[in-house]
Amino acid sequence: MALNFRGLCVLAFCLIAAPALPQNSEAPVQQLLQEHGEIIAKGSRKSIGPAIDALAASGLPAAQVVLQRWQAKEMWRNKDSGLFVFGEKDGKELRASDVSNGAEIGTFEAKGFKQLKPNSGVRGMIGAALVQFQLSDPNPEKRLVALRAIERDPEASHLVALRGAIAGEEDPDLLASKERLERLLTIRFGETDEERITAIAAFDGDLGVDVRAALNPLVRTRIEVAESLPDDAGIAGTVAVDGETLTRDNAYALLVEADLAPPTVQKSDIAAALVANIENGAVAGIEVASLDNDAARALAYAELAKREIVPPAATEAEIDAALATYVFFERFIGAPPAVAEAALAALKDIEAKVALNQAADLALDAVSLASIYFLAAIGLAITFGVMGVINMAHGEFIMMGAYSGYVVQLFVPDHTLSLLIALPTAFAVTFAGGVAMERLVIRWLYHRPLETLLATFGISIALQQIAKNIFGTQARPLTAPDWLDGSLAFNDVVSISYIRIAIFVLALLFLALFLFVMNRTRLGLEVRAVTQNPRMAASMGINPDRINMLTFGFGSGIAGIAGVAIGLYAKVTSEMGQDYIVQSFMTVVVGGVGNIWGALLGASMVGTLQKGIEWLNPSNTLAAQTYMILFIILFIQFRPRGIIALKGRAAEA
Amino acid sequence: MADMTATLPGQRRRPFVMRYPSVLVFLICLSLFSVGATILSEGFGIGIISTSFIKTLGKTLCLCLVALAMDLVWGYCGILSLGHMAFFGLGGYAIGMWLMYERTRLIVAENLALGPLPPTPQELSDGIATQIFGVVGASEFPPIWAFAHSLPLQLLAVVLVPGLLALVFGWLAFRSRVTGVYLSILTQAMTLALSLYLFQNDSGLRGNNGLSGLQNLPGLDDVGQDALSVYFLWASAFALGGGYVLATWIVSGKFGSVLRGIRDDEARVRFLGYPVEGFKLFVFSLSAVIAGIAGALYYPQAGIINPAELAPIASIYLAVWVAIGGRGRLYGAVIGAAFVSLLSTWFTGGQAPDVVIGPLRIQWVDWWTVLLGLSFVGVTLFAPKGISGIVDWIAERRAPDRHGKDLGPAPGSLREQEGQE
Repeated sequence: MALNFRGLCVLAFCLIAAPALPQNSEAPVQQLLQEHGEIIAKGSRKSIGPAIDALAASGLPAAQVVLQRWQAKEMWRNKDSGLFVFGEKDGKELRASDVSNGAEIGTFEAKGFKQLKPNSGVRGMIGAALVQFQLSDPNPEKRLVALRAIERDPEASHLVALRGAIAGEEDPDLLASKERLERLLTIRFGETDEERITAIAAFDGDLGVDVRAALNPLVRTRIEVAESLPDDAGIAGTVAVDGETLTRDNAYALLVEADLAPPTVQKSDIAAALVANIENGAVAGIEVASLDNDAARALAYAELAKREIVPPAATEAEIDAALATYVFFERFIGAPPAVAEAALAALKDIEAKVALNQAADLALDAVSLASIYFLAAIGLAITFGVMGVINMAHGEFIMMGAYSGYVVQLFVPDHTLSLLIALPTAFAVTFAGGVAMERLVIRWLYHRPLETLLATFGISIALQQIAKNIFGTQARPLTAPDWLDGSLAFNDVVSISYIRIAIFVLALLFLALFLFVMNRTRLGLEVRAVTQNPRMAASMGINPDRINMLTFGFGSGIAGIAGVAIGLYAKVTSEMGQDYIVQSFMTVVVGGVGNIWGALLGASMVGTLQKGIEWLNPSNTLAAQTYMILFIILFIQFRPRGIIALKGRAAEA
Repeated sequence: MADMTATLPGQRRRPFVMRYPSVLVFLICLSLFSVGATILSEGFGIGIISTSFIKTLGKTLCLCLVALAMDLVWGYCGILSLGHMAFFGLGGYAIGMWLMYERTRLIVAENLALGPLPPTPQELSDGIATQIFGVVGASEFPPIWAFAHSLPLQLLAVVLVPGLLALVFGWLAFRSRVTGVYLSILTQAMTLALSLYLFQNDSGLRGNNGLSGLQNLPGLDDVGQDALSVYFLWASAFALGGGYVLATWIVSGKFGSVLRGIRDDEARVRFLGYPVEGFKLFVFSLSAVIAGIAGALYYPQAGIINPAELAPIASIYLAVWVAIGGRGRLYGAVIGAAFVSLLSTWFTGGQAPDVVIGPLRIQWVDWWTVLLGLSFVGVTLFAPKGISGIVDWIAERRAPDRHGKDLGPAPGSLREQEGQE
């Protein structure tokens, strides 16, 4: 048969007058096409199946291209010979190329060719066949791309293609993805309830967003109404008219829709009816001027109804009676009842597990926020906690550190290197700033905390404005190196960005650094001595002035490094210090002054609280801050000296 | 203003004004200022001062009043409140609610009256709510607007809301002995929390849009802004005068002595048996009420109020004014507020000439805040008495206080001591 057909083709080829097509009619693809030439030319969705299947199953490399160009309406058929070519129409001419290799054949009159215009149904079938090609592509990356494409925009036709492509898969990851996607598609497009339920059961407890996206449409319900609850399987449950899922108005509207009750008349309708029936400044004998309340309007409307000018309105009592008579219930409309029930059960399990994981995610968020507050507050724990100097310009030191990082980044384009340079630079800049401030202002104001507060506020205002004048008001980016991009995802629910992990690590490092400096170095010893009793320390040969200066510089320097860290994940603006100053003080005050562990506890508490409140009211982070501050104000009522209160003489100082 | 004129037994108490001549001087200066401003105004006088500047002057008087309140708690009682502008703002919001409601009601009623049917109360209220809250996507009145229809109730709120907030906050803070910088930070947290709350759209006060159009008094559309501004100037002047007399009266006598005692050594006053918390609570709440009244007079002149007005920085500026003016004396607070806020208007208004130093060109709009911050540091360090320290300096020139000073040519020649021996 094939030979015979080929012979015919050759004959036909020979019979073509002029110009002769230098076309390879022997090519396997062309032959395959010729085999199904008639049904392809006919292009009916009902009969085209075998042709597409044959092309897809042929294993020919050219088949994919043919399918693609066919789908794109770029395939033409010679009216005389019946041979297929790819063609581009150019006016009255057609530039043809070979179907087997795409080689240019020449330009012909378009008259002699018929364009194949597959309708949308056929195009869909071709698309499905193409999907299978891509899913079985030798290149794993292309297979992955095809999988992702299906995930984004799944169709029923993909299911068959996907099932066909599972068997040949060798890559284990891709195989898993394919099987998962197959189950997801089965849930949506499976033919029998059994296979869909099996697929749903396989996802029990899966946290994937895609699973929930596939299940949710299945459990959609519609509220219906009847005299008594029907006992067919599709009922999800009854609904009470309590204003939560079903308001009174909506319930009655349902009744009206089902022709079970007369329509109500809305207030606006009453008003419209009254307006339409004004005669000589009165409606049904009631003066228009007196119709300034609902009762009078209802009366006038009833009067109109009595005269049969308008339909009567249902009274409130009638509405209540009607609502009491009927039962409202929800019916599954997304899937057959059995599937919907299975999906509902699976979703319930998943929700429980999601809630658990969300708690874990929240905890991670809280920890990362706490470490940010801790970083911001640790410098303060030194200047305020240890030295007792209240520095309202602390936030501006954070800002200075962040801007130092930004300036370094302007000169050093490599982000990793610039970060490594920025950290010591920020420390140096803010250390110098802190020392200068201590020498020029603070040392004249020791033991006058309110005046220190005021003076440092003055510095804070000035520094902020100077930064604004230099860098402008718009936010400056402090870009994190590439290896800090992205986030560590445990599953679809629990994830944490690498920057936050880095900040957490940095906070731990600083805790260690602080403990080391205070407990293990000469400087720390002297700082503690000066803090406890400056005169005694001075008589032991310690220079309190120098120690105060260094301590203040150290605290400010840490604020600068915190600034770089904060700048990495938030934008650098002249006002960024202000965002942290109140929280930092809260952290120190809540934790207990003069104790690094107190600052740590304070930061954890403030961070956890803020995240917890945000979770309770997720739409509103402003409210979270408000309530957190209120909570802290109350907390200080019960522990005025913070979580860890110093005891004994140190507390009196 | 130490009470050095304590009366001896049997001696007739001299009248209040005689004991505190600064009150009389202040009231005379204030009246002269108000009369002068009226004569020069566009509304009632020869029109040298523009209406907008009259408004600036009126607003400045309100700021002086809130500075007075600040001085009462800080200068006399030692409570450095960094949240007083919250009370000021609350007063403004309270009056602003009525102004906005009533004006919108008049407009909506006018529009609805054009319809064929007279509006029902529900329609009217819906119309007003849509007008006011449409901008935050709501169309119903939040519960806190329940009294917005009534001017007397909102006027009561001007006093009660800041007063009660201060009372509750102060009670919580003072009873747990939160003092000094802790209290300052706590008050700052309070105003921060309040402004963050008001920034939300569902706070019921139009979120960051705030209340606007407050300069138009409902029912007084016929009276032009030029006349209104003078009325408000006078109202502010009266409030300031009244506040000054009240504050002087409070800080005089025994009550004032106790306040200053608390400022200087709280523990000692407590040991003497005075209920320190009660005194502090009273002064704190009273000053909050005064701040609320000042706010209620300020914002109709400013025309708009939004949550940014309650941000912590505003309260810090208030402390700056009082410190620069000279705390612990009432006229100092007034002078500071007037001086710094007018100067700030001048500098940030762009009228001040640029300073050119070589290639640098300093524009005051940008650098004024820096100057203000640094001068604040300077005042704290070098002139703790502020501007009103000049008064002391002049007084010392007139009658030098030479107690403990060298009376002879050589150092250490303390003739006073010698005379006593």
